[in-house]
Amino acid sequence: MSEMRGVYTLWLRELKRYTRERTRIVSSFFQPILWLVVFGAAIRLPISGSTSLEYQQFIFPGIIGQTLLFTSMFMGISVIWDREFGFLKEILVSPISRGSIFLGKMLGASTDAVIQGIIVLLLGFVIRVPVSAVIFLQALPLMLLITFGLVCIGLSIASFISSLESFGAIQSFVNLPLFFLSGALFPLSNVPSWLLWVSYVNPLTYGVDALRTIILGSSWTPLFPVHYEVLTVCAFDAAMILIGTFAFSRRK
Amino acid sequence: MGYIIKTTDLTKKFGNLTAVNKLNITVERGEVFGLLGPNGAGKTTAISMLSTILKPTSGTATVNGFDIVKQPAQVRKSIGMVFQDPSVDDRLTGRENLVMHANLYGVSTNEQKKRIKAVLRLVELEDRADNLLRTYSSGMRRRLEIARGLIHYPRVLFLDEPTIGLDPQTREHIWTYISELGKREDITVILTTHYMEEADRLCDRIAIIDYGRIVVLDAPQNLKEKLEGEIITVKTKDAERLSEKLREAKLVEEIAAAGDRLRLKVRSGHTILPRIVEMAASSGIYIEYVSLHEPDLGDVFLHYTGRAIRPEGGEEYHGFTAIRRRQMR
Repeated sequence: MSEMRGVYTLWLRELKRYTRERTRIVSSFFQPILWLVVFGAAIRLPISGSTSLEYQQFIFPGIIGQTLLFTSMFMGISVIWDREFGFLKEILVSPISRGSIFLGKMLGASTDAVIQGIIVLLLGFVIRVPVSAVIFLQALPLMLLITFGLVCIGLSIASFISSLESFGAIQSFVNLPLFFLSGALFPLSNVPSWLLWVSYVNPLTYGVDALRTIILGSSWTPLFPVHYEVLTVCAFDAAMILIGTFAFSRRK
Repeated sequence: MGYIIKTTDLTKKFGNLTAVNKLNITVERGEVFGLLGPNGAGKTTAISMLSTILKPTSGTATVNGFDIVKQPAQVRKSIGMVFQDPSVDDRLTGRENLVMHANLYGVSTNEQKKRIKAVLRLVELEDRADNLLRTYSSGMRRRLEIARGLIHYPRVLFLDEPTIGLDPQTREHIWTYISELGKREDITVILTTHYMEEADRLCDRIAIIDYGRIVVLDAPQNLKEKLEGEIITVKTKDAERLSEKLREAKLVEEIAAAGDRLRLKVRSGHTILPRIVEMAASSGIYIEYVSLHEPDLGDVFLHYTGRAIRPEGGEEYHGFTAIRRRQMR
């Protein structure tokens, strides 16, 4: 009971901090639009396996995945920030268990990341991808599932690293391979087999593919049946939550 | 069970540095217990271990009957903490910080409003409660943190340098509140401080620690009484020469020097003071200033650690007292 309240309290704090940063919300429009409108329009790649899709529409779910990834990883910084500014101590001496602290932080960061994702999702009309209520309601829980695991990566890394600078370095070290090898920017149907296998190891691949199937509907053929992809994402989440809780609960 | 905290050979090492060295303290239920020591003496490390933030390298302690190593969750439920460094969220308002704290400690919603109102009045932040913390001055943030530490009524309240950087009026308020808190049943206060005045006024017992060890532990009054006699402070440009002369003449019990100032411990100030002045005059040493006072906790501290506490930095008494201490033993 009191643990739940603690989780809620920490979740609310993350959300409040996020919504008060107007500049971050406004700037979150910028990067996806750049990808969709400039990159997407310039690279007019034919999409193998689909005749009706334009490249812009193809990368749209990928850009949502990218937004979730980058925002989730970025949220790891909040742990370092809290440590630097001393606030982490206040939470650590409270009666709330380390597990609940991690859960609250994770849920808060995930909510922030998904809000960013929703903003991009709603930009679909710009490139003529209609987002109906049904698509929205299917995409939303999937986006949350994708985000949980990614946020845990960011938080776990942050609990081992003490400076903002080195977190930034490691962050891009993780971000870019995950992004490029997820099939966000090109279909995985005609890549060399080594690249395909590397992509299969990447959890984001399944998230992006499932998202693409939901958003683009019948014009896209998924790599695997969607429910398998969602299950894979769930398994990844479970593993990452365990690792994250462990990383966070260490005491010096 | 009369005690609420008992440490057994509590030790913390950071690499080669032993920050806390086999600390054995027993804190009685309901007392205000002071930990005094110079910077880096191990006060904060000791408190961090007792509040389960740091794990001891060896030894252990119980807080409210719970082991700090084996039962950290129960320990955390029993304690409140006001940290030395800022630990508030500056993107939230003062009130939001307080509500968040109350929620983390499971204070019921009805009770929250009452207590938050009370602590805000105490630290005189009622009119700023709904401003973001980033608009607060550092003194105001400090006040808010103290308010926060008081919202849940813990069994043990740790105050790490609670009034550092506060103006005299606020400090006075906080002191009054802490001493009232100490009188209330079932709350034990552990306080670390640089300020002698603070320790003297608030603490039932004081442990002076230096280099991770307890140097002395007693009630402030007893500590001062152990230091029989009085203190004479002399300011002169010839401090070194004067102290040599004084040592030769065996006029004083103890000499500590800091720049152009000498701090002399004497048995009877009124008879010895004129003789010091006379001696200085006959040796051609010009005394700019001289004063006589009863020993305060600052002198106690100086006596036991060989270093005077200077909270705002600046001079420290070194050397002579340390030498003197060795001779006395």
